[in-house]
Amino acid sequence: MRVALSVLLCASLLAGAGCSKHGDGKSSAGSDDARKLRIITWSDYIPQEIVDQFKQETGIQVEVSLSNNEEIISKLRATGGAGFDLAQPSQDRIVSAQQEFRIYRPIDLTKVKVDEFRPDLLEIVKKNASLDGKLYALPYVWGTEGLLVNSKRASISDYMDLCRADLKGKTSVRLRRPTLMAFALAIGKDPFSLYGDTKAYSALMDEVGRTLIACKPNFRFFYDNKDQLINGVRSGEIVASMMWDSVSWKLNRENPDLKYVNPKSGAIAWLDTMALPARGRNDAGAYAWINFTMRPDIAVKIAKSIGNFTASQGADALMDPRLRAQFAESFPDGMKNMKWYPAIPPGLEEIEGRVLDRVKAAN
Amino acid sequence: MLEATATADWHRRLMLGLLLAPALLWLFALIVLPHLDLALLSFREPVAPRVYQPSLAQYRTFFTEPLYWHVFVRTATLSAIATALTLLIAFPVAWTITKLARGRMGALLFVVCLIPFWVSETVRTLGWMILLRESGVLPGLLAHLGLTNGPVELLYHDATILVGLVYTSLLFMVVPLVGSLESLDNSLIEAAYDLGSSGFAILRKIVIPHAAPGITAGCIVVFMLTLGNYLTPTLLGGKNSLWFTEQIYSQFITRFNWEQGAAFGFLLLALSTAMVWLGLKLSGQRFSDVMRRT
Repeated sequence: MRVALSVLLCASLLAGAGCSKHGDGKSSAGSDDARKLRIITWSDYIPQEIVDQFKQETGIQVEVSLSNNEEIISKLRATGGAGFDLAQPSQDRIVSAQQEFRIYRPIDLTKVKVDEFRPDLLEIVKKNASLDGKLYALPYVWGTEGLLVNSKRASISDYMDLCRADLKGKTSVRLRRPTLMAFALAIGKDPFSLYGDTKAYSALMDEVGRTLIACKPNFRFFYDNKDQLINGVRSGEIVASMMWDSVSWKLNRENPDLKYVNPKSGAIAWLDTMALPARGRNDAGAYAWINFTMRPDIAVKIAKSIGNFTASQGADALMDPRLRAQFAESFPDGMKNMKWYPAIPPGLEEIEGRVLDRVKAAN
Repeated sequence: MLEATATADWHRRLMLGLLLAPALLWLFALIVLPHLDLALLSFREPVAPRVYQPSLAQYRTFFTEPLYWHVFVRTATLSAIATALTLLIAFPVAWTITKLARGRMGALLFVVCLIPFWVSETVRTLGWMILLRESGVLPGLLAHLGLTNGPVELLYHDATILVGLVYTSLLFMVVPLVGSLESLDNSLIEAAYDLGSSGFAILRKIVIPHAAPGITAGCIVVFMLTLGNYLTPTLLGGKNSLWFTEQIYSQFITRFNWEQGAAFGFLLLALSTAMVWLGLKLSGQRFSDVMRRT
């Protein structure tokens, strides 16, 4: 009887004591942590093949959690930067998140093989992901968001063409911030130059909101994930849409009529990074992983899995010739007409959020 | 002797306390504490990075931005309509199961209602999408039969959301209705017929009053489930779907605006509490009676 009672008591107390026990156990778990690397990233960013190879070379087991920019920030915010040893947010989303929530720790460049990286991409990250003189991220993979079109059924050259009368009900966009940027560029404004001026930016976003509302009958739906759009394109319900380059090129391999077009206003270029969460437990493993992924032979495998080019200096020459041909067809001028996101200052996303809500609500 | 009774009494109380402890801890740690935290969140406003001050700004935003109002009212209205439709559809089903089906037939019918819940809500909702999309099964069939000129888009309308919501919540209405209709003595109905009553009068004066606690219980459960549903309105509603839970999700996850999201969460809680209270008042039911039926 007494034993049963004490077991019950312990069981009910354990729930409350769980956290302190966890803290005590940290020192003994230290050796386990060094053999495990927990990464929060996007789908396809880390193919199983390189996880296996990394385990073989270093003995470290990589655990991958799939996510997106918003969730990476939200999850790290909820734990104060714990739970993961490496995160892969976009380069423009780091400084504001760091200012607000302190979820990352600085990169120690002495532990990184810097010459493995493409210098131009490293420059972008240094410009946009530094705070108080400290660097918080390294480039991993980059790509663009432009226009996907079924060239047999329509021909388009800029974002505003999605609103053309002959494409009514046959186009789609995401109801997210890249769409706002794209349509701001399409009506001849530069949203990025207004990042510092909240009032002017707010006015511009209102204008973009009105443009999108006027265009709303043209959108069949707002897609939340690429599969939804791929279904729409394959079934022929969608003729033209804003889309990522990698997905478009994948569709292009299935059906050559589907083309990825660099819009006249410029494709929007993103760059996803590697950053260290503030309370990660395996920094040594994280640096080993960073140097491992930027080796050209590994980076090529990553690029193949994502369908985009990586930040590795030597990898582009080894890339699949088909992908390089597709890139050349979509971007005859190379990387010239691309708009790279600068770092988003805090507060802007609230303005954008309200505009996006209004577009969604409009009839 | 007296002392022994007192000790036994104390033992019993200790036992009761210990047995309840896990449930109470669970209630406190997983429901009360997070809600207190959310309440605190909802009453503050960020003024600078990592600097907050107490304010009512989050609630003010809700009342001054017509969009949020609009979505709030829309969600409540559509939920109420979905609840009413579910009741209309579930009542004949429950009646058939309890009064018309004989022997194992009743159990079989009940299982038929249950089967859709063996797969997850996501799969069920995606099933609807396959059926209803323009290149899907139903529009193709309609066009083939010549009822429409070419396939029409059946997805992304308010009516589609209602179909999905009713389908998802049907079982939660059928169960309490079956419970309350089973206890209705058939001889009461036979006697009413013998005395020359019409079918409608029997329904109104005997069946509905007897089933009222079950009806109210079902309506409360379905209304709350519908109001808090996220997946069905988002997937089936398309570009015009506006559901309040979606607003809460986007405030928390995509806007990092936890303060606003928390305020929205409490407004939704207030709404569902108010609607339940109103429903109980209008139907003249007592909460404790109704809860016993669920």
